[in-house]
Amino acid sequence: MTDATANTPKHGTSLYTESPRVKKRNAAERRFQIYGIAAVATGLVFLIVLLTSILSNGVGAFQQTFVNVPIYLDAAKLDKKGERNIEDIKKVSTFGYQPLIDDALFAIVEENVSPNPLAKPKDTKALISASAVAQLRDYVIAHPEKIGETVDFRLLGSSRVDGYIKGRVTRESIARDKNINAEHLDIVDVLREKGVVKREFNMAFITGADASESRPEQAGMGVSMLGSLFMMIVVLVLSLPIGVAASIYLEEFAPQNKWTDLIEVNISNLAAVPSIVFGILGLAVFIQFAGLPQSAPLVGGLVLTLMTLPTIIISTRAALKAVPPSIRDAALGLGASKMQSVFHHVLPLAMPGILTGTIIGLAQALGETAPLLLIGMVGYIASNYPTGPLAGFMDPNSAMPAQIYEWAKRADPAYYERAWGGIIILLLFLITMNIIAIILRRRFERRW
Amino acid sequence: MYDNPNLERKVAQNETKISARNVQVFYGDSQAIKDVNIEIEARTVTAFIGPSGCGKSTFLRCLNRMNDTIDICRVEGEINLDGENIYDKRVDPVQLRAKVGMVFQKPNPFPKSIYDNIAYGPRIHGLAKNKADLDEIVEKALRRGAIWNEVKDRLHAPGTGLSGGQQQRLCIARAVATEPEVLLMDEPCSALDPIATSQVEELIDELREQYAVVIVTHSMQQAARVSQKTAFFHLGNLVEYGDTGQIFTNPKDPRTESYITGRIG
Repeated sequence: MTDATANTPKHGTSLYTESPRVKKRNAAERRFQIYGIAAVATGLVFLIVLLTSILSNGVGAFQQTFVNVPIYLDAAKLDKKGERNIEDIKKVSTFGYQPLIDDALFAIVEENVSPNPLAKPKDTKALISASAVAQLRDYVIAHPEKIGETVDFRLLGSSRVDGYIKGRVTRESIARDKNINAEHLDIVDVLREKGVVKREFNMAFITGADASESRPEQAGMGVSMLGSLFMMIVVLVLSLPIGVAASIYLEEFAPQNKWTDLIEVNISNLAAVPSIVFGILGLAVFIQFAGLPQSAPLVGGLVLTLMTLPTIIISTRAALKAVPPSIRDAALGLGASKMQSVFHHVLPLAMPGILTGTIIGLAQALGETAPLLLIGMVGYIASNYPTGPLAGFMDPNSAMPAQIYEWAKRADPAYYERAWGGIIILLLFLITMNIIAIILRRRFERRW
Repeated sequence: MYDNPNLERKVAQNETKISARNVQVFYGDSQAIKDVNIEIEARTVTAFIGPSGCGKSTFLRCLNRMNDTIDICRVEGEINLDGENIYDKRVDPVQLRAKVGMVFQKPNPFPKSIYDNIAYGPRIHGLAKNKADLDEIVEKALRRGAIWNEVKDRLHAPGTGLSGGQQQRLCIARAVATEPEVLLMDEPCSALDPIATSQVEELIDELREQYAVVIVTHSMQQAARVSQKTAFFHLGNLVEYGDTGQIFTNPKDPRTESYITGRIG
């Protein structure tokens, strides 16, 4: 048919003009391309909106307001006997340190702001974090010889002061706030100009522990990061060997029959099971039946292993399948056993795919929150570093996403900022892991 | 009469290496090979010819039990290698395949160095006592594969970087490195150009001095060029088996004649 028409060109048809059919076809193609570009652009817009909102909300958490105060460590209050006996010094509780801070700060206000709007030293309390007394006490216990001297301290500002510096707290918003009033903000304005109040990078947000509801300025991600780390160790150690062994068996050795089909379908189904279901399974099996401790990273890791296994098995099987059968034939034809052909030839070729799948699985597990809710890794205030590796696995802890959820849940808007900051840290980890996955794939990919 | 060298050679050639008795192969319910009986001689090139799907490759893969890797494949009958049935329960296919090497249709070097490609077989079978031994085996195999001169300066370059013809000769060298007694070749030249094909054919002719070579081919010219014996398969049957000259010039079966003259296939 086409040949016949080609041999007898119609009058007036030139190659330089588009025929109606071709015109229609080209128009359809252009439309499709526009849809595609529009779809990609929409995705990019959402990504940019997401990233900018995360960054703009979260960057503040990495900075904190500090107040630099010289404090006179009064021997009469800290060591009444004057013997510098560490046991005597320890007897002074944090309450004993409060007046020292109050007096020092009152003196600074007196010196810089006139007339002084504060009636008594106690009124300075609103400016400083409640954690300052503990910081002072820890310092004195570590350096008892400094008692009687004046030492410069860098104390955390209270979350209201921090919020004022960052623009979260305004004079209007504190109208009904009992913790702080407009006079305090005036003082902050003056002290900021004098360099006493400063907004600085806050390492403690990355390395520190969570804090109580009333002290958001002190809270950090460090301990929950360790919780996540210990969970990931459990996940990696369990899911990689189990997943790879299961995949190799299913892909290379298992006979093709009803049972292996059933297993295959179920593995695919497992990958689609909502994570909260794994959480409740973990609660029932690992905590209630096996008696493992609640809130422990070990249990979290076990639950996340269950979740990660299907991902690893599916990606490993895909990687094994992608190795050309001619390589297996070549090895078998030389008299290699099935196992030799798999371990000498197929597995090394599948390795980049397996590693990529494993890292993607780990990244998923790292960001998983729902199962942790059910095994008690959330709501717990992880205020201490684990004392050792064993404690790291067994002691109650939180994990990064659970910590973020916990902060987002708390009433104080200062915690809202920290939740965003936590998200930035979590995303950095995930991006790093994905980049490692890409590099591994590029580096070890072999072509044939 | 007795000191006639030609006669002696003839006797030596008639020594049977592989004999198949009533071999039937099934893929699930369908029968791929029907009742094949054949005697394959040592130090001879035997060609299997026939149209696509006639079962010649299937039968070839029975000879080193490569069909074992296909779940639904079932082999009945008896195939004897030097009088031992290779489908006996006591036979480990791994040991068999060390004796019966195979070269595949598509060159399939391992994505490793040329040296490691050749050394793999000797390594897993423990043929070399030390590094020097292994070096010698590799060199010997590459020489026998007629590729030594082309690769001797780059033994540690990847085998996958060679040209198609070189890759196939590398695969042949790899197969002979394990010191097999029989060499099976499944259309070894179908992916090669005419020059590489003629090199491989020359090589096959040289290999005949030591091995029984069985080659499956679609090219009748190739069968005529390289083989001394030819078997014609059609629809799972072994239609005719005899000296290559006789098959091509004076076929006994009308089906063989039609195939050779291009009327079926």
